[in-house]
Amino acid sequence: MSKNKNPLTIDATNHAAEGGLLNRRLFLNSALATTATLATAGAAYGQDFIGEGQEDWLLYPGTSTLPYGDRSRFEVESVQRFIHDYSEEFLALRMSTYVSRTPLDHMLGTITPSGLHFERSHQGIPDIDPNQHELVIHGKVRQPLKYDIEALENYPTVSKFYFLECSGNSAVLLNDEPTDQSVNAIHGLVSGSEWTGVLLSTLLDETGVGPDAKWIICEGADNGMMHRSIPIDKALDDVMIAIRQNGERIRPSQGYPMRLFIPGFEGNTSIKWLRSIYVSDRPAMSIQETSKYTDMMPDNKSLQFSLLMDTKSVITRPANTMSLKRKGLYEITGLAWSGKGKIARVEVSVDGGKTWADAALEEPIQSKMLTRFRSPWLWDGSPAILQSRATDEFGRMQPTRDEHIAARGQNHIYHYSAIQSWGVGTDGEIKNVFA
Amino acid sequence: MYLRNLLTLVALLAVAGVANAQSRFGEPATQEDIDKSFWTIFPDGEFLPDGEGVAATGRDLFEVNCHICHNFPGENDPVKDEIGKLFGIKDKSGRTNLQQTIGSYWPYSTTVFDYVRRAMPLTSPMSLSNSDYYALTAYLLYENGVIEEDDVMNKDTLPKVEMPNKDGFIMAYPDVPEKYKAKP
Ligand code: HEC
Repeated sequence: MSKNKNPLTIDATNHAAEGGLLNRRLFLNSALATTATLATAGAAYGQDFIGEGQEDWLLYPGTSTLPYGDRSRFEVESVQRFIHDYSEEFLALRMSTYVSRTPLDHMLGTITPSGLHFERSHQGIPDIDPNQHELVIHGKVRQPLKYDIEALENYPTVSKFYFLECSGNSAVLLNDEPTDQSVNAIHGLVSGSEWTGVLLSTLLDETGVGPDAKWIICEGADNGMMHRSIPIDKALDDVMIAIRQNGERIRPSQGYPMRLFIPGFEGNTSIKWLRSIYVSDRPAMSIQETSKYTDMMPDNKSLQFSLLMDTKSVITRPANTMSLKRKGLYEITGLAWSGKGKIARVEVSVDGGKTWADAALEEPIQSKMLTRFRSPWLWDGSPAILQSRATDEFGRMQPTRDEHIAARGQNHIYHYSAIQSWGVGTDGEIKNVFA
Repeated sequence: MYLRNLLTLVALLAVAGVANAQSRFGEPATQEDIDKSFWTIFPDGEFLPDGEGVAATGRDLFEVNCHICHNFPGENDPVKDEIGKLFGIKDKSGRTNLQQTIGSYWPYSTTVFDYVRRAMPLTSPMSLSNSDYYALTAYLLYENGVIEEDDVMNKDTLPKVEMPNKDGFIMAYPDVPEKYKAKP
């Protein structure tokens, strides 16, 4: 192993903001990432056994290929979705756990593996036989039509990278006190995938829609027949009937064999196990758009059809599932997204929002998709408060928690997208704090 | 664009006499297909079925079909409250209102019928008759202080029931009103 030819030097030219935040270009072109490897050469070799000291996987042939691949056995326990513990009494009545969260602290890049995508169902995950499942499009149309999965596979498909976020994500931060829940438990109701499907506009072009069409009313084939109304302008824009996620058929918990996918809208509207679209002149006022998914404001009025997801970001590393074991150089990284378009800017602060430095945004920066940001940080061992603040291409910037509460109060659980703070102690411990 | 090109291509194939050149793959849906998959009830009562029921019948049905998971009015088994609190909170003050109940929060009476019929009892949705679901709806509305004990619920009367919080909602699509926007 050769010596590091480009030792990393940090001087005043790297300074970007107070508290040790460094210029985002620091990690580019530096050999830092490669210097730590292969430090263990020079094992003693035996006389007639030159492989002495090599690990078993070098000395023995590996296993066979598999028809469907698995993760390393070393990852299975450590990288899992977060699922709350429920009491036995509760589960006996509830019948199934109904929410799991993406382990954001284990993710890099922007794609969530399908097996780690967050899940939310209301009455369990149905085990649908695709040969017995059809989507019926009817109501204010010229010709009611139905489609099974084979029919949909005949159309030209579109494939797009999109985030999906439950509007209840991060709601625990509206409580009066900070939480000791993990970053995954707080923020893990967001994931990113490549979704492939047929544009709904293609199918609606085929059925024809009447001039009085203003909404579509969608129903799923799950045990509770999940039910939402979607404005027609969105339905004719970028909504798709998704049949594949990350290349393969979507998984049962994501709506197999077909789901609505509504880019940038609150997750609940992307009806899974989709089987009926009624083209309508008015919304259905289903339970999920009246009793649920409405946001009570300080004047006791509730926002209804607050469908668009705000600009948001979260630092996923360092976060409260780890602690800082040494002073020195760290990379602050996380995810940013907007339901309206592309992320234009992410700033990072380590002094609780007093000073900010631009983070580097990792390409590709895609509309309505997760964008990863990174900022190098030199921690000197003093207390710090880490924050990220995203702005989208329309200038929609994340507010502070105080600003959110001033405008919207705390008596709601959906659409909380304020700046989130990780407090770092002198001992390197990291906690959710309000700042 | 690609789609348009493909459709043009299909048209050309048709001109060229390629048999069965097809660009549209939907099959006509029958009324039976629609009835099987469509369960929506609108606030004005459209699509409400025949049948009727009153609260007293609903109470008996509730005891048999629902009470295992949901408290009766006045009961407070915490596990059942966590499953879903159906009665009890009738005003809109304070943070306890996060679990909003029918009488305190729901803007439309038809939503009760629509939801209970499509989703409850959790173990066996759609297992009762339409008259049973009207009776359960009457019971829920009565115990939430919205209708009288003897009011008969059917497709004519249910949509006329006015909910206490009917004016409590503000349209937030396409945009949230300015005054509720957090200003950075
Ligand atoms: C096996 C348990 C179980 C049974 C039996 C059951 N429910 Fe439920 N109920 C639930 C669960 C769980 C939910 C929450 C579903 C969700 O999360 O979407 C719920 C939700 C509800 C709600 C919505 C409450 C709200 O405001 O959020 C109503 C109304 C309701 N049930 C009525 C009934 C009625 C009426 C019956 C009897 C016909 C019944 N339930 C039987 C488990 C049950």
